[in-house]
Amino acid sequence: MIEFQQVRKRYANGHEALANINFTVERGEMAFVTGRSGAGKSTMLKLLALIERPSDGEIIVNGHQLNKITPRQIPSYRRGVGVIFQDHKLLNDRTVFDNVALPLVIAGAPHREINRRVQAALSKVDLLSKLRQNPGSLSTGEQQRVGIARAVVNKPPLILADEPTGNLDPELSLEVMRLFANFNHIGATVLIVSHDQLLVEQLGQRRLMLHEGRLKNAPMVRTTGGLPPGVAPAMPSVNPRSAGRNPGAKR
Amino acid sequence: MAAKKGAVKKAAVKKSAVKRGASRGVSAQKASASPVLAGVKVDSMRRAQMLMYSLGRLTAQPFTTALIIAVVGVALALPVAFSVLLANLDEAGARSDGRVQASLFLEERISDERATTLAVQLEKKPEVLAARALSREQSLTEFRELSDFDAALALLDENPLPATIILSLNDQIQSPTALAGFVHELQRLPEVEVAQLDELWLQRLFAIVSLLKRAALLIAIMLGVAVTIVVGTTIGLEIQNRRDEIAVTKLVGGTDAFIRRPFLYSGLWYGLGGGLLAIVLVFIALFALGGPVNQLASLYGSDYRLGGLSLLQFLGTLLAGAGLGMLGSWLAVSRQLKDIQPD
Repeated sequence: MIEFQQVRKRYANGHEALANINFTVERGEMAFVTGRSGAGKSTMLKLLALIERPSDGEIIVNGHQLNKITPRQIPSYRRGVGVIFQDHKLLNDRTVFDNVALPLVIAGAPHREINRRVQAALSKVDLLSKLRQNPGSLSTGEQQRVGIARAVVNKPPLILADEPTGNLDPELSLEVMRLFANFNHIGATVLIVSHDQLLVEQLGQRRLMLHEGRLKNAPMVRTTGGLPPGVAPAMPSVNPRSAGRNPGAKR
Repeated sequence: MAAKKGAVKKAAVKKSAVKRGASRGVSAQKASASPVLAGVKVDSMRRAQMLMYSLGRLTAQPFTTALIIAVVGVALALPVAFSVLLANLDEAGARSDGRVQASLFLEERISDERATTLAVQLEKKPEVLAARALSREQSLTEFRELSDFDAALALLDENPLPATIILSLNDQIQSPTALAGFVHELQRLPEVEVAQLDELWLQRLFAIVSLLKRAALLIAIMLGVAVTIVVGTTIGLEIQNRRDEIAVTKLVGGTDAFIRRPFLYSGLWYGLGGGLLAIVLVFIALFALGGPVNQLASLYGSDYRLGGLSLLQFLGTLLAGAGLGMLGSWLAVSRQLKDIQPD
């Protein structure tokens, strides 16, 4: 599903954000990318969302070789990836409904279908009652959930989240993670960037630890924690294929 | 008999079932074609919604929108007014046959018969298309009809007018130099007291109209460029104000065409609004000028009336406005869209 092969990202100013990154996240897997600030977590997500291009190496997502995707093909690729941003990236002059409906409008879905799916997505994040409000009038946690609803509304096979709990209190953070676990449980591949090691350990999912742009050498095992109560476990948690290829990835 | 009725009923039921099946088949065919039709319908509806959405955005900022439309409207009104003026001048010119005439006022001693003979002789010249001799009496009658000097003429003891020859000149010698040369030649004839070119004003009018047409075209091009720049700059500012929205739309898979569309529609509305305003302004100008022009025409004994916008000019103005508006926004969007990337 996601495959990084010898990926390197060096910026124009010479800063090397990622170096020799190799890992695989299988279809239906849920994994975390952790590390301190500046470790290269967000760069990795930007590469996956095609906001940035790698300087070297190859990234394969859902069979797309991202290095070979032309600018014209980018929108089509992005429609298959739901991205959640730390700063939400919501349109504050539109309603919650309009924000969540945006991917469906872009995809040209019929009006009735948009209504149905937006309501379903908002219902999942428990924001159906805020349908007509503008994001500016919502709390940070609610805005984060609007962002999640927008990312999942067109049922993308891959969900990427950049510090989705960065601005949330521990209780809300767990609630948000529960949502991701649920999406993963119904088949989506989920890759979450988080610096909150404690929370990640609590969830007991696979971890890719980044340190100064490199995947940290760590045992290929799952963390010892477990999913929060009421959340089904993620699909495959250990992937022998990826284990063989990723000596640097932590499991 | 009952068995026969039963058989008929069965056959009828079977036929009806076949018909239902056939109808289902048609429905199935329709259903197989419907995804394409449904897609087209959804796309058209989406475009219509986007069109109305962009109009809604413009009406949400009434002052700015009115200002832009006013600028576009005034810029378009000038070439449209020129176009109407030129159409009117063409119409005025068309009322004359456009041919240059020369009048030869003969010496008083020349008889009507000699005038007729001279007319026949002159008609043979290559420069002359037709020659018509007017006796002294005919000249007087014509003068009475065309002037208000009837009462004054009645006071005179005798006809003061000489015999006259009216020459229609050939198209090929209508250059001012050739005409002057030919008139000079006629002036030297012993029978001719005065040789005078008529309707030279018309030639001048045509020359002026031709010059104005060229000028109008240049003005139209310059103002068209100005409209494109005004709309382009406005849309450019709007794009800058909506940078974040564009970046987010790109992030969730919006194509350039999808992002460009509402801006193009905004340009379309600006252009259409400006076109409509230009038409209104021209109508107001025509209304204001109509009375004085009619009065002027009646002083010259003409029933000429100032013409308004033709349907072609009306539609042309709207189309030009819409086209220039869309062109302006297309240029602005194309230039800026590439620079806006999500970060």
